Amino acid sequence: MDSMETIKQTFFQECEDLLQDLESGLILMNDGESDDETINSVFRAVHSIKGGAGAFELTELVKFAHIFENTLDEIRSDRLEASKEVLKVLLQSSDTLTDLFEAARDDVEFDDTERADELRAALQGFIGDKPEEASDDGGMPAMSMDDMGFEPVILDFDFGDDVDVAPDAIVFDIVFTPNATMYAHGNEAVRLLSNLAELGDANITCDRSTLPAFDDIDPEGAYLSWSIELETEKTEDDIREIFDFVEDDCELQITQRGGAPEGGPEDGLPDEDSAETPDIAIETTSEAPAMDNNEAVSAAPVEVASVEIEVKAEEKEQPKAEAPAKPEKKAEKKAAAPVQAATIRINLERVDRLINLVGELVINQAMLTECVVEAGLSRDSAVSSGLDEFKQLTREIQESVMAIRAQPVQSLFQRMSRVVRKAAQATDKSVRLVLEGEFTEVDKTIVEKLADPLTHMIRNAVDHGVETPEKRLENGKPEEGIVTLSAAHRSGKIVIEVSDDGAGVNRERVKQIAIDKGLIPEDAPLSDSEIDNLLFMPGFSTAENVTTLSGRGVGMDVVKRAIQSLGGRVTISSEPGKGSVFTISLPLTLAILDGMLVHAAGQTLVIPLTAIVETLIPKPGDIHHMGPDGRVLNIRGTFVPMIDVGYELGFRDSPTHSERSVVLSVETDGGTQSALLVDAIQDQRQVVIKSLEDNYGHVPSIAAATILGDGRIALILDVDNLVSSAGDSRASFDPTLVAAE
Amino acid sequence: MTETLHSDESELVAFVVGNQEYCVDIMKVREIRGWTPATALPDAPDYVQGVINLRGSVLPIVDLAKRLDMETTEPSERHVIIISQIRDQVVGLLVDSVSDILTVSNETIQPTPDVASEVAQSFVGGVLALEDGRMISLIALDRILPNFSTDTEVEVAA
Amino acid sequence: MPLNILAIDDSRTMRDMLKFALSDAGFDVTLAEDGQKGLDALDGYTPDVIITDINMPVLDGFGLIEGVRKMPGLRAVPILVLTTESSQELKQRARQAGATGWIVKPFDKVKLVNAIHKVAA
Repeated sequence: MDSMETIKQTFFQECEDLLQDLESGLILMNDGESDDETINSVFRAVHSIKGGAGAFELTELVKFAHIFENTLDEIRSDRLEASKEVLKVLLQSSDTLTDLFEAARDDVEFDDTERADELRAALQGFIGDKPEEASDDGGMPAMSMDDMGFEPVILDFDFGDDVDVAPDAIVFDIVFTPNATMYAHGNEAVRLLSNLAELGDANITCDRSTLPAFDDIDPEGAYLSWSIELETEKTEDDIREIFDFVEDDCELQITQRGGAPEGGPEDGLPDEDSAETPDIAIETTSEAPAMDNNEAVSAAPVEVASVEIEVKAEEKEQPKAEAPAKPEKKAEKKAAAPVQAATIRINLERVDRLINLVGELVINQAMLTECVVEAGLSRDSAVSSGLDEFKQLTREIQESVMAIRAQPVQSLFQRMSRVVRKAAQATDKSVRLVLEGEFTEVDKTIVEKLADPLTHMIRNAVDHGVETPEKRLENGKPEEGIVTLSAAHRSGKIVIEVSDDGAGVNRERVKQIAIDKGLIPEDAPLSDSEIDNLLFMPGFSTAENVTTLSGRGVGMDVVKRAIQSLGGRVTISSEPGKGSVFTISLPLTLAILDGMLVHAAGQTLVIPLTAIVETLIPKPGDIHHMGPDGRVLNIRGTFVPMIDVGYELGFRDSPTHSERSVVLSVETDGGTQSALLVDAIQDQRQVVIKSLEDNYGHVPSIAAATILGDGRIALILDVDNLVSSAGDSRASFDPTLVAAE
Repeated sequence: MTETLHSDESELVAFVVGNQEYCVDIMKVREIRGWTPATALPDAPDYVQGVINLRGSVLPIVDLAKRLDMETTEPSERHVIIISQIRDQVVGLLVDSVSDILTVSNETIQPTPDVASEVAQSFVGGVLALEDGRMISLIALDRILPNFSTDTEVEVAA
Repeated sequence: MPLNILAIDDSRTMRDMLKFALSDAGFDVTLAEDGQKGLDALDGYTPDVIITDINMPVLDGFGLIEGVRKMPGLRAVPILVLTTESSQELKQRARQAGATGWIVKPFDKVKLVNAIHKVAA
């Protein structure tokens, strides 16, 4: 990647942060909780986006950011009140800016120019017509930077050295008298003159007539003035350009000799002026020596000045005790600055390598433990207790390393407020998003992969959950619906909930749709929760008429799959008239898992602990046969389908009928219970999750692999997948099994 | 290797499968190691013996004999696994033994003759006739693996 | 001796660009991410030119310029202001604070280097 491309990537990354700052700032303002710094940071965000976008010629982005920035500037300077109405447009503009950014980042055509134009017009309306924007309204295909109020800076310095004064060269007479402020601003006459000399053939004369006696020199004063006779092909504007920075810090007269009298009224020709002040004249014919000479001569006073400055500065400042006061001031300022924990940016690869190594360490520690057991050392031997400490340390290291990858869900959550706004707008509903626990930290990969499913769930909540304002009022609810997005750590898991205060699942309709689509038999006696869970079935979509919003060919089954692929699960609970709650529970990390090691058909398998409800040894009398292969287990009066894990995975040809089998009662999505039959339980431990996909691919009913203490691989069971595929192979969905009491 | 390789030459690792000799480009070979028991995978093709742990990563073992339409290998301590890079995946090839490391001029690699079985032929990218009369088939590694992920993707969608 | 440039901008992108463009032009570059950090960087370090953004958190460009102009050894150091606004008002404020000149963003390398050469040898 070339450097500009790298920087562009940095810009895109930074944009994401800036857009977040922008949005959270605007939300604070909207909630009336902002201060001066909030509006400043909001302004800076848009400003920086515009600056970067300009550098990469992302004109659409620049165009929008520009008017956005101007509006924010008006607010910042108290010329425009940040009313609710204004903020609404600002928030929408922030969304569109995000869309524009995403289009630019993904290098795709921005497809909502209509909306962007609409918002630009709205923003323009707030700040009134400004001349610089006037030319922008015409919808010019290519925007020139002039329209933006940018000033083109054309500098062409290469000319000077080898220019032959062309026949049509013009002679300018320039008189340049710096004020003291010019030096105070860090400009130097010498440099300006040498730059000038590069424009053509220069004849520079220094007027030192006003230079006082040495002792009277104020080091910060300005006593010299120069007359320059410049023969050049360049225009007066080019000359003025050189003095661009100092135009207010000097007196500058430029007269074109023989040409149109562009300059001000001049009494006499500069020749005469220089004749009056011939003290020191540096006559030059070629530019290069001119520079040297100039420097040699005029450097003198300047240098004196700079030395003096230091001496005088101390003399001046010492008595006033300003110097010692300064560090204090600086310290104060530092203290006033917001306290921010120091952070470093680390390449993710390095973190992952470390995580992998720690994973190896965990495996290694397990191996050692096995060796100690094999060696027959007693539990309270020094080795064993040392090993326990080692185990503890390993676990701590692992947690610390995982914490590096953890990041708050805040940014993800904040993005959702945009989703809500858009969805509400598209459905003409009034919806507010409430965020809870947004500082909960979750593994970075999980955060990233949650974006899509969460977006879909939020959209669903607005589209299908929250009722129309009319209906809400009818039902005695406030017009504005509330969607709550919360995150929390709960017993070693991350729990994310999306809830709405809408109508709840319309079970009659859901069931009818499922029947119509042939997903369930007509007479299926389903419990409420089972009906709710139909939403997750592949091929189910509640939208009768496909709305623009949710009708993107994605159903809740896709959400469920996405969550499952993260090792999590999603459930729904709903109360008619009160709303629905979708609960996602996820592992804290994608790298380790608490699992139960079991044996089945000669294989060692890991079953995630989170799926296991209880383990039991079934009594023969509790097992009932149903059909050719089907068996159910009576667990305290409930008949639970049994799944022979070894058989189901194809590790044995026929189901085992061993009386020594052990049953793990597991709970799958929606609270359905199953009984997994295995040969034996080995132990319970933390395992490092290894991908099978990297070098192989997805394996049905298997979530991932892990490495055991002896270096061999054990497969980690995907319980939900196993149960559903076992259900498929047994027969079509027979809810009576579950419902039977 | 002290000799430098000319641009028109390839270095190949030759090995025995069944009683035939095959080879792969040495550049694709990560390492060669002894057999370690593999963990079986449910629903895997018959030529996939399972997965092993190679310094923390999980990689599949392909029984090359079975893949080439011969008898399934009953792996033992004598067998060898050639760890190879195939596209962006790392895969172990189960073979009987490694027989040779050859430097051959690319010209000596000839197209596969039609006599070989259809399955075998589809995995052979060419044959080499050596001066001592041996004939070695060059395995086209890219074709050894079905695209596992794509295969299963179809299954999930179905 | 390459010129030493202190470039101050709160935007990571802009810092990267400045670093890239200035290093490429043969300058030695030191970066700081806000005005206060810029002032901190000047402790024991005298750049030939300071380039600074205006809108920055903690201490903005104006504050930085004023701060620099108060530092005994740095009163004459050229300070160029990076700005997307070319408004006279902003230039005026920058000048009052003690800025030497300005560079209007988006800048290209030529523009940047020219501006530096305009104020420093």
